[in-house]
Amino acid sequence: MSQTTGSAANLLDQAEQGSSLWQDAWRRLRKNKLAVAGGAILILLMIVALLTPWLAPYNYETQDLDLGATPPSAQHWLGTDIFGRDLLTQIMYGGRVSLAVGFIATAVALLIGVTWGAVAGYVGGKVDAVMMRLVDILYALPFMIFIVLLMVVFGRNVLLLFLAIGAVEWLTMARIMRSQVQSLRQQEFVEAAISLGLGPAAILRRHVVPNALGPIIVYTTLTIPSVMLLEAFLSFLGLGIQPPQTSWGLLISYGAETMEEYPWLLIFPGLALTITLFSLNFLGDGLRDALDVRGSKD
Amino acid sequence: MLRFITGRLLQAVPVIFIVITATFFLVRAAPGGPFDDEKVVLPEVKKALEAQYKLDLPLHEQYLAYLSDLSHGDLGPSFKYPGRSVNEILFSGLPVTAELGLYALLIALIIGTTAGVFASLKPNTAQDYIPMSLAMVGICMPSFLLGPLLVLVFGIYLEWLPISGWGAIPGDKILPSITLGAAYAAYVARLSRAGMLEILSQDYIRTARAKGLSEWQVVIKHALRGGLIPVIAFLGPAFAGLLAGSFVVETIFQIPGLGRFYVQAAFNRDYTMILGTTVFLSTLIVLFNLVSDITAAWLNPRLRAQFSGGER
Repeated sequence: MSQTTGSAANLLDQAEQGSSLWQDAWRRLRKNKLAVAGGAILILLMIVALLTPWLAPYNYETQDLDLGATPPSAQHWLGTDIFGRDLLTQIMYGGRVSLAVGFIATAVALLIGVTWGAVAGYVGGKVDAVMMRLVDILYALPFMIFIVLLMVVFGRNVLLLFLAIGAVEWLTMARIMRSQVQSLRQQEFVEAAISLGLGPAAILRRHVVPNALGPIIVYTTLTIPSVMLLEAFLSFLGLGIQPPQTSWGLLISYGAETMEEYPWLLIFPGLALTITLFSLNFLGDGLRDALDVRGSKD
Repeated sequence: MLRFITGRLLQAVPVIFIVITATFFLVRAAPGGPFDDEKVVLPEVKKALEAQYKLDLPLHEQYLAYLSDLSHGDLGPSFKYPGRSVNEILFSGLPVTAELGLYALLIALIIGTTAGVFASLKPNTAQDYIPMSLAMVGICMPSFLLGPLLVLVFGIYLEWLPISGWGAIPGDKILPSITLGAAYAAYVARLSRAGMLEILSQDYIRTARAKGLSEWQVVIKHALRGGLIPVIAFLGPAFAGLLAGSFVVETIFQIPGLGRFYVQAAFNRDYTMILGTTVFLSTLIVLFNLVSDITAAWLNPRLRAQFSGGER
């Protein structure tokens, strides 16, 4: 008897606490093994990227021209390139750049897109119409060509690369944010906040943005791989990251040049990029299911 | 419907205009003139060259002159290949890129929709997981990695297929087309799976099944049309992507198409060529987006009714 009341009380207690959206999402996400594996790989990659100067087995610039290109061995786990540089070290340093481009450019996109969408959605009316029409027009621009053009005209500058890619990717973010804000601002708790005299900036920051976070997180996770792909694409063409810096795209392009004689120089950087993109996509898909977001992508 | 088309057309015109203007001024703002690296150019020659390319005029007059040439379809002379016009170079590359893009698109559509529809018929079984995992590989494997890998395996180790060129040796079109098409096949597979899953849960599909139609008839006659709308809508962006992808694929396989010319022009700082190619490709992309939007709207009865009925 006391046990049943105990468990009933327990249940009641649980019901009262409820399980927040985030707890639910976390539970669903943990069930998705691919997403969890993707997340784990990403965390590992980020730790490696942060600690690369200490973890890398060799010095980044050390060449050994007598050694030249050698296949994987006990001394050089992933082999060496034609200058006798350790490929694992190259991939680790290249990964730092690739991941940094992915995260920073996405952060730029996030900042512009969320602000733009939030203002358009919240202010509404003519302002909204003008702002979103601009997004429509920019959407129709062939941005891939424009980024190539920018890289040509202004030289191959990494900072510009961040900005250019970020400037392309914010459009979808703005659209998602706007539709979220539009539906949220009709909710009663926002009306309550308005009637309590809270200003628009505070309402956006405190009530609207946190509630629109789900779709934004999902889309952010899915933007990072497309940004990394864009960087690799440009670097492959020779228009992105320039030596002495390196990135996975650049390593792949060098590898492709000499793949006949030294296939490992193509395969290992390719593997690094593919595994990272896989992890990000699986994590993004998993988050989308867990947070129950209907993506705009498919 | 007509209102929808005119609306979209009106939207496309300013986009093309913005592209032309932005590209023109960006290219003119670029540091370094196109003749800087030719060391032994006499001042008089330089002057004559600048006059020929209208570089001696004030910027706004150059712009207006460019616009007026452009309205006749004239993209101007090439800086790097004297005596050849940008039009000539573009039109020598266009058929090649168009053919490559067409094959890639066909591969994407045929393999992609087949895989996607197939997967949607038995969701969450092996018939779903296997093609969808492959699609994920296709999405995560960029063309600049897939291309060299295919060359390595089929061209160098197995020696089944030629590793470069276009139309010179039989079979040399196969690897580039697959390289360019693979990622789009993957996207199309995902889109058609999602689209079909949504349609297959609709009432009218249940009605069709209740009438006793075979599963085959239900899918082919009733579900495909609605289920593939997302794929049609994707074709516009896909076309832009295919053009950008052709930069890489044509570089890898040494194909003399538009993409390779564009990358070469970028490296050579052939400004008129960059300008001309950008304007040309952008216009193509904008027009293709327009066609794909209109087709998708026309296929979607709800949208069609909305626009022909004039109610929103």
